[in-house]
Amino acid sequence: MHTPILDVKNLVKWYPEVKAVDDISFSIEQGICFGLLGPNGAGKTTTIEVIEGIMPAGSGTILYKGKSRGTVFHEEVGIQLQDTELPMFLTVKETLETYRNLYRRKANLDDLIETCHLNEILHQDNRHISGGQKQRLLLAMALANDPDLIFLDEPTTGLDPQARRYLWNIVDLIKSKKRTLILTTHYMEEAQILCDRIAIMDYGKIITTGSPTELLEEHCKGATLNLQSNISNKILDKLPWKWFRVRDRIEIQTDEINTCIKILLEQDIDLSTMTVRSQNLEDLFLKLTGKQLRT
Amino acid sequence: MWRRTWTIFKARNHEFFRDKSSLGWNFVFPFLVIAGFSFIFNEDNKTMYKVGIVHSDNPAVTSRESSGNLNHYNNFKKSRYIEFIEFKTNAMAMDKLRHHRIDFLIDPDSRQYWVSKSSPTGYVVEKLFYSDSRSMIGDFKKQSIDGSEVRYVEWLFPGIMGMNVMFSALFGVGFVVVRYRKNGVLKRLSVTPLKPYEFLTAQIISRMYVILFTTFIVFVGCMVLFRFDCLGTYLNLVIIFSLGGFSMISLGLVVASRSSSEEFANGILNLLTWPMMFLSEVWFSLEGAHPWVQKFSRLLPLTQLIDGARKIMNDGAGLFEIRQQLIALTVMSCIFMLMGSMLFKWHKD
Repeated sequence: MHTPILDVKNLVKWYPEVKAVDDISFSIEQGICFGLLGPNGAGKTTTIEVIEGIMPAGSGTILYKGKSRGTVFHEEVGIQLQDTELPMFLTVKETLETYRNLYRRKANLDDLIETCHLNEILHQDNRHISGGQKQRLLLAMALANDPDLIFLDEPTTGLDPQARRYLWNIVDLIKSKKRTLILTTHYMEEAQILCDRIAIMDYGKIITTGSPTELLEEHCKGATLNLQSNISNKILDKLPWKWFRVRDRIEIQTDEINTCIKILLEQDIDLSTMTVRSQNLEDLFLKLTGKQLRT
Repeated sequence: MWRRTWTIFKARNHEFFRDKSSLGWNFVFPFLVIAGFSFIFNEDNKTMYKVGIVHSDNPAVTSRESSGNLNHYNNFKKSRYIEFIEFKTNAMAMDKLRHHRIDFLIDPDSRQYWVSKSSPTGYVVEKLFYSDSRSMIGDFKKQSIDGSEVRYVEWLFPGIMGMNVMFSALFGVGFVVVRYRKNGVLKRLSVTPLKPYEFLTAQIISRMYVILFTTFIVFVGCMVLFRFDCLGTYLNLVIIFSLGGFSMISLGLVVASRSSSEEFANGILNLLTWPMMFLSEVWFSLEGAHPWVQKFSRLLPLTQLIDGARKIMNDGAGLFEIRQQLIALTVMSCIFMLMGSMLFKWHKD
């Protein structure tokens, strides 16, 4: 059996009066993209910042390639933090070269520029690049040492859909090179597309883990009916399926769609604005936690 | 180690030399101060007191009797270092006197003068006014200073350069590191193999380079513009400025060791720089100041730097003569460096 590239056991992290990470354990096999999912405040960033060594763990063990993290860990991992500014008055190329030179092992600069599509902005001052370009540069900085393990903390937060997809393509490219990635996100679509395995976190705990397909098969076999919200709770409570009020709509998660529609029609409910779709990770999160993911 | 230190050193230098406002300030500021002060305190322009002159609005007062003998007034008007300013109206002149814009007001026509009771300079001018320039001064004989005198600009120059080093060192390191911590640049660097001592070394070397470079340019520029001499050796001057700069960079690192608030750091840096500016004899000598003020002044790195530099430039002192300053700066540097590296944190709590 292969040694996992990262093995986290019983990790606990306290902030004053708050248990941000509550006794979590997981391990990550080499060459996969592992997603840590959860709403804001779930403990995702704290978890990976403890693993990255930015802050100390309260208790628990973290093993990298079967050993405690040491100098080798910093040499072999690449990290993209959630909130960071770029050095001022440096060009994109100079920034990349600066970070490459901090490592013994260096990625090929031309490959890095090509992978992260930085050619057009190579000689631009960091202060004058867009949000999407900045994220691509931060990603390139994380790849500067040709890392074995890459941490991406909410890399697409705040990006427009086009820039987000652009970044997904780059992550796909990194995956194709058999690198291991740990990705935190609160976008379920992103996790579903990019991740081989996911762990859903809430209140510092891991609620469930598995591949997106496994999790959906296990928990979300049916469909989600989306209806207008002027239906009384009394009627909804009679339904044998889980239902949720999501913003100004009602979502019913059912694996017997025909029966569900029949019952609703019997109750004289207007179904003219109803939409039906297959269940996804967002529905899974709703089912497991009883709340929306993007809160 | 050196590869990483060199990388950060280069990046920091790019940052400094491309930041036009900061770069300009480092070069222009000392030039302006020295030019301004050498003009103000030039022998021809050196004014210590300001006396207003007003002519009485009432012609009846300006009679032959009242104008009488104005020799005393005319002698007083020949006094050096006193600027005489004519005012059209008594009201305007009185207003200036009330607001201490002038030290003394005299109306030769009505043979009256006014002085503010609360003004020390007014008191001195009044005494001067009363004194008779032709009075006997006993057996005292006027003598001149032998040898070449130290011009004011030559005395001032090491102080201004020291002050520039202080601002550059403290704000250039203290403020910048705090900004790095606040915006996450330090946090990003902390997850690379870069060690804190490598980062701090790079900051020190980079700032030392900037300080010596700007000091050299300003020094040469001022020598050409103001034509003053350095009696000691330039190497000794480089040594004292290097050590002084190093000591204040280390002090900057102490300020920058933990804080992530630019406002807080700014406050602390001002708290350090302002007393040093006034108590380190940048502008004026502390001779005659209370002994504890003089003792406190010796604890400030800027005092030691300026003292040493003045001894080299103005008196031609060698390293042995300034050993006290060199030892003091070395000890201060060691203490500050130790504190800075012990307290240093990559990121905010």
